[in-house]
Amino acid sequence: MQSLPRRLGVAVVVAVIVVFLSIKLDSFRDYQIAEIAVEVTAVAGLTLLTGLSGQISLGHGAFMAIGAYTTALLLLHLSWPFIAVLLLAAAVTAVAGAIVGAAAARLRGPYLAGATLMLGVALPSVAYAYQGIFGGDQGLNVAFTAPGFLGATFPLTRWQAWVSALVALITLVLLANLYYSRIGRTWRAVRDDDVAAALDGVNVAAARILAFVVSATCAGLGGALLAIVTGLVAPGAFTLTLSISLLTAAVIGGLGSLPGALWGSLVIVLVPTYVTDLATSHGLSSSVGSNIPVAAYGAVLILVMLVFPQGIQGGLQRILTLFTGPGPKTPTWRHPPTPSAEQARAGQHEKEGTS
Amino acid sequence: MVEFLQFTLSGIVFGMIYAAVALSLVLIWRGTRLLNYAQGGMAMFTTYVAIEVIYRTGSYWAGFVVALAAGIVLGAAFQVTIIRPTMNKPPLNGVIVTIGLLTLLEGLAGIFFGGQYRSFPAAFSVTGLKIGTTPLGVSRFDVFTAAAVLVTTLALAAAFKYTTAGLRMRAAAFNATIARLSGIRVARVLTVGWALAGLIGALAGVLVSPSTFLYPNSMDTIFVFGFTAAVIGGLDSPVGAVVGGLLLGIALSYVGGYLGSDLTAVVALGVLVVVLMIRPGGLFSAARVRRV
Repeated sequence: MQSLPRRLGVAVVVAVIVVFLSIKLDSFRDYQIAEIAVEVTAVAGLTLLTGLSGQISLGHGAFMAIGAYTTALLLLHLSWPFIAVLLLAAAVTAVAGAIVGAAAARLRGPYLAGATLMLGVALPSVAYAYQGIFGGDQGLNVAFTAPGFLGATFPLTRWQAWVSALVALITLVLLANLYYSRIGRTWRAVRDDDVAAALDGVNVAAARILAFVVSATCAGLGGALLAIVTGLVAPGAFTLTLSISLLTAAVIGGLGSLPGALWGSLVIVLVPTYVTDLATSHGLSSSVGSNIPVAAYGAVLILVMLVFPQGIQGGLQRILTLFTGPGPKTPTWRHPPTPSAEQARAGQHEKEGTS
Repeated sequence: MVEFLQFTLSGIVFGMIYAAVALSLVLIWRGTRLLNYAQGGMAMFTTYVAIEVIYRTGSYWAGFVVALAAGIVLGAAFQVTIIRPTMNKPPLNGVIVTIGLLTLLEGLAGIFFGGQYRSFPAAFSVTGLKIGTTPLGVSRFDVFTAAAVLVTTLALAAAFKYTTAGLRMRAAAFNATIARLSGIRVARVLTVGWALAGLIGALAGVLVSPSTFLYPNSMDTIFVFGFTAAVIGGLDSPVGAVVGGLLLGIALSYVGGYLGSDLTAVVALGVLVVVLMIRPGGLFSAARVRRV
């Protein structure tokens, strides 16, 4: 996936598949396609933040909330065209990401995790404190309709699936460009050894903040899509569970991998529904049935981490290499690593053991 | 003035609970360099065990003791089975495993004990104490809560300082390699650390549940504030955990009392950000040389 035409080609193929599926499947499945697209958009940014730049965030739900509330407020009060709303929501979350990123650039590991966790818990509670603007517990309703030229009978869920999938695909293509660009390499350098990166002339703080801006923007777009897909923006949607499920999806799919973001989102959206269906069809009581997916989800997380530490994408790659033999490792380094970076990497391996 | 006194005292009581959670996190962090996101979930689970025992035997203290014992067993068992295999992998793997454990425990609690809110009994009267006619805003049980955490903390501190086992734990936390070379079985010491953390977490769960009700997510908020307290204090410092817990408890009590409870999380975030911007490693962080 290293060349732009190939990436665009894959995106077009996926878009065709989504359109085909959305026409073939019923409206509940269309809704699920939209849900997956929302999830992918947010997870793709987070997987780059944590996997590539090495910064953990346990509060990305907060950025989704910012994107969703911006969308709801704009559609409610100004009734702008959706594309303009989407861009402004992205811009607002980018600013929020820059502020959080500037604070986060000073923090490491658990301190960053603690600060972002608290952000994810605190921000939605603002909606309760300022009920006049944000509608409190009830939240804000979002009016979103399919455009007239599609005909009056065109199902809304299909239109929502199309819009969300389109935004998700554009986001993925743009992120893939970043992944293989100089910026992506800078993030990896900062993640592996910030001191070595700084010695190589990388502005470490700027790289960290930029990663936060990019991933916050993606989460904001995801939030904007969530607003139009669910038709309601309320604080109950942006709990700690949401933030953790985003990180979970990124990790299950394979941290730092964009295809992994898709696999992880598929798991997060489809598995709970599937397990609940299975539980109800076996006649389990609703309190048991509704809790089995939660327990299964936890068990899957633990197992994936112990058995496939690289996530689904890492597992797939391992299976692929069984057939094709070890190919060139992506990404290829254009210049030989400097001695300092090399030593640092040797030290890293020593610390991590055989991973 | 009376109001201020009441808010301060109830802040101290909640602060002691945050301190207990923070302390359990610090214990694990010092040994394993891992944040245990399942700490609250483990406490929730042991509190459910306690309520079942109390329901069957009719004795509060039987439930209390069983909960603490369950905390020790759970802590040690999780460390041996699922945490140990992550210890030579990147740190994020361990973090995700504890998040998975939290989710698993919350799901299991829903399956075994049901998702509805259950009230949890208190050991002593929960009616407010008074001096003369002035209500203090705390009850006999609140006093017990603060005392129980304080006694446990002091006992732990003494054990760390004066016993051989405590010396081993400090050595393993200070430098695992050298400790191992000196003949300390570091793996076992780490398991003991998790068991102790499980004990303190279980204590916090039993003490806080009379005022929060018990349900599968009931410890989430307590955990988040306990975590915040630990980060404010500095994750390496047990003293920091207690100070951070009290600081946060009192601050949140004033905010809840004077400004309304909607803003407590925002203020907690504010306190956390201010502390971390001034001292990125928490209040009681030692100056640490980063090796390149």
